[in-house]
Amino acid sequence: MYTQAMDIPDESGKKLAAVSNAPSDQEAAFEARIDADGRIEPQDWMPDAYRRTLVRQISQHAHSEIVGMLPEGNWISRAPSLKRKAILIAKVQDEGGHGLYLYSAAETLGTSREQMLEGLHSGKAKYSSIFNYPTLNWADVGVIGWLVDGAAIMNQVPLCRCSYGPYARAMVRVCKEESFHQRQGYEALLVMMKGTDEQRAMVQDAVNRYWWKCLAMFGPPDADSPHSAQGMRWGIKRISNDDLRQKFIDATVPQAKVLGVTLPDPELKWNEARGHYDYGQIDWAEFWNTVEGNGPCNKERLATRVKAHNDGQWVRDAAQAYARKQKERALKEAA
Amino acid sequence: MNTPALKDWPLWEVFVRSKQGLEHKHCGSLHAADAAQALHMARDVYTRRQEGVSIWVVPSVAITASNPDDKGELFDPAADKIYRHPTFYEIPEEVGHM
Ligand SMILES: [Fe+2]
Ligand SMILES: [Fe+2]
Repeated sequence: MYTQAMDIPDESGKKLAAVSNAPSDQEAAFEARIDADGRIEPQDWMPDAYRRTLVRQISQHAHSEIVGMLPEGNWISRAPSLKRKAILIAKVQDEGGHGLYLYSAAETLGTSREQMLEGLHSGKAKYSSIFNYPTLNWADVGVIGWLVDGAAIMNQVPLCRCSYGPYARAMVRVCKEESFHQRQGYEALLVMMKGTDEQRAMVQDAVNRYWWKCLAMFGPPDADSPHSAQGMRWGIKRISNDDLRQKFIDATVPQAKVLGVTLPDPELKWNEARGHYDYGQIDWAEFWNTVEGNGPCNKERLATRVKAHNDGQWVRDAAQAYARKQKERALKEAA
Repeated sequence: MNTPALKDWPLWEVFVRSKQGLEHKHCGSLHAADAAQALHMARDVYTRRQEGVSIWVVPSVAITASNPDDKGELFDPAADKIYRHPTFYEIPEEVGHM
């Protein structure tokens, strides 16, 4: 998945060695390549700010994939059937894979895996706020696939054309895998909607709780995202927050109709003149409050993530010790 | 959070042959303690949907790359050797495909 406002300020990227004082012809070459819609590769000269922006964005994106495993991971042991359990495991494993592609892409910019994990585990780095809300029942898992992955796809498809080569290539891989995520969620909800009144009510309740939070995933309105213009200029961002949000809404309304749920926005209606759906006010105060760490699950998510990492320490140590031993044995045999 | 992460696990570049008869193609990188583990992880990370029939892993430090600053020197001399391309030669139409 999963990106949100990817211009949320955090600490990552600040410690990168400055590669400043570059001769202006390098800068000119960079600008020319960007203007020609060319791609930048790791060995190429790039402005510090471009590098820092990418490190921040790609690492936030990676963290979001990793933390994004947690709300759904909670439901693996409680999935309603073996089929749904296998599907959910596959999806959660994909998200872990997405995190790994993205960490690798960020490392090509000169940051290290340790730095990024330290940023996440210490709470300095941000990740998508959508994962700081609880998954209360099985309908939430379906809604996450349909709406959260759906929103993520809207965000990620334009990133396949990002000016930074390794990020763009990672996104191509990610996007290929996301489509199953959204479809399995939607299908799980379709099944529930054919069930009892109680099951239908669960789906509607989950949609009610997640709808507005999904709209906020696209980040603050264009007028309030000062980094956005620079990101667009550099070909990192291709479509603005508001435009992506509108695309998502326009695509989702008909899907909701087929599913038989109501989207919880009384102002949501087709605007013939604009050729788009109008929609109501997003609660940005709540969004920022969650970004700042005060959402319902921020502490729990981080604690779970840190515990998982620490619990895996012995595995990393053992693999390390084994590799060292094998190497020593090979050396001895060669001698 | 106080335990060091993958500090001592080197970086590996992963190459995957998508099907028999095609070349291995670079698809990304990962950290692993040794080559065997790198292969295992590459299978899980890069071939969850039968994307490959064969995997190579290479320590990233073993790769020597050309310097982008030398791009002109290395590649530009070929730019004016247009006679290396078939389109340089005019062949009468009646000859047909050649
Ligand atoms: Fe993902
Ligand atoms: Fe996903």
